[in-house]
Amino acid sequence: MKRFGMQTLKFDNPITILETASIVGPKEENGPLAEYFDKCLEDEFWQEKTWEKAESKIIKETVNMNITKAKIPAADINYCFAGDLLNQCISSSFGLRELGIPFYGIFGACSTFVEGMQLASVFIDSGAADKCICAASSHFCSAEKQFRFPLELGNQRPPTSQWTVTGSGSVILSNSGEGPYVTYITTGKVVDLGIKDANNMGAAMAPAALDTLIAHFKDTGRNPSYYDAILTGDLGYIGKDILSEMALTKGYNIKSNYNDCGVLIFDKDSQDTHSGGSGCACCATVFSGYLFNKLKQKKLNKILLIATGALTNSTTAQQGESIPGIAHAISIETGM
Amino acid sequence: MKPINTNSEYQEYVNQKSPNSPILKNCFNSFWVGGFICGIGQVIMEICKYNGLSTETSATIVSVSLIFLSAFLTALNVFNKIGKFAGAGSLVPITGFANSIVSPAMEYKSEGYVMGVGAKMFTVAGPVLVYGISASVLVGIIYFIFGG
Repeated sequence: MKRFGMQTLKFDNPITILETASIVGPKEENGPLAEYFDKCLEDEFWQEKTWEKAESKIIKETVNMNITKAKIPAADINYCFAGDLLNQCISSSFGLRELGIPFYGIFGACSTFVEGMQLASVFIDSGAADKCICAASSHFCSAEKQFRFPLELGNQRPPTSQWTVTGSGSVILSNSGEGPYVTYITTGKVVDLGIKDANNMGAAMAPAALDTLIAHFKDTGRNPSYYDAILTGDLGYIGKDILSEMALTKGYNIKSNYNDCGVLIFDKDSQDTHSGGSGCACCATVFSGYLFNKLKQKKLNKILLIATGALTNSTTAQQGESIPGIAHAISIETGM
Repeated sequence: MKPINTNSEYQEYVNQKSPNSPILKNCFNSFWVGGFICGIGQVIMEICKYNGLSTETSATIVSVSLIFLSAFLTALNVFNKIGKFAGAGSLVPITGFANSIVSPAMEYKSEGYVMGVGAKMFTVAGPVLVYGISASVLVGIIYFIFGG
């Protein structure tokens, strides 16, 4: 691999995205992308007693389904990179404790999925691994419990709030295969413009997405029109609007080919999701379900996926700290 | 738009980009639902008094009935929908207080009856109790000194 500029790596060997899998909850099943997911759950518990157990089961079954769909033995996978939003990433480590694959638990808030894909790509390109699996999960109920209020509390959500996606996405990367290929990765920096409103995560993360977007174009020499689609992870409607306007002031017009996974996954008007979807599973399921399908069918040939994360917790929010954001970008192309 | 260089410029831009809550609609719903809940309370009060109970006993029965009703609707996953619609209208009467205790109790049952239900039951209502009781003590002292 070769370094370009400050933040970008280009891979010499084509890293193939072999197969993906996605499982989502009932609300996502009622959204516009339902047909692309491998499995939709009937309820949030999935026969488990707690939401934490349900989330662990979701990531476990998604990873198992991914391995089955790829038709390779689990022993062929050298490393697993996985993470989630619950304290100490317990959904991933509990859910994947029986997997028997060397495991890296990672945290990048809602950018975890792409963070995992970036690390896996570097492992594969360096020769440390032949195949890696990356997964991320989130669950509306467990996230509300940890970050906000009890579900049964009769409060109102502001229009800027977002809806945590219930589900998990998983992807297997390989050193051999016919694509789609990971060609470039741009690792984001922690960016904080001082937003403190935990109900406006899109605005808190948009500056990080802008920073990574500009870094990617500067480092690679590409421009926005090179890509068929540029997608951010979970900026939602407000963050999406902010990013495209701010990018324009920096000389990058992304209006025509830019969208956000949090905007795509729900129907804002009929599903009452306010500013859109969020959570690790937002970009993980939209990529594993919808985007991978479009890449396989060659309806999309060059995409830039920028997963965004809000690096906050409930303690720092109560202490009045601002919300630092991060965004990791990965360039995926069907031809080399 | 102008390029953004400082945190305060960005905050200003975000404020302008973020839609406000529909205050007029929320106030209206809050007003009539809150009034309706108080109306239910008054009906219970009148029934009790009609049946020969004292005003004090009737008032206690009103509180107990509304608390029960709110807790029951919370358990049935209905109260949060009322709360979403009415906001402070269902939150400010005693119904909101009952909801704020029952909802964390339900949520944290998975952590057991001691550290879950017992400890977390007051996470939302705790501050209301602390400052409500503190305020009543303060008013009591003022009344004791100046009230004669």
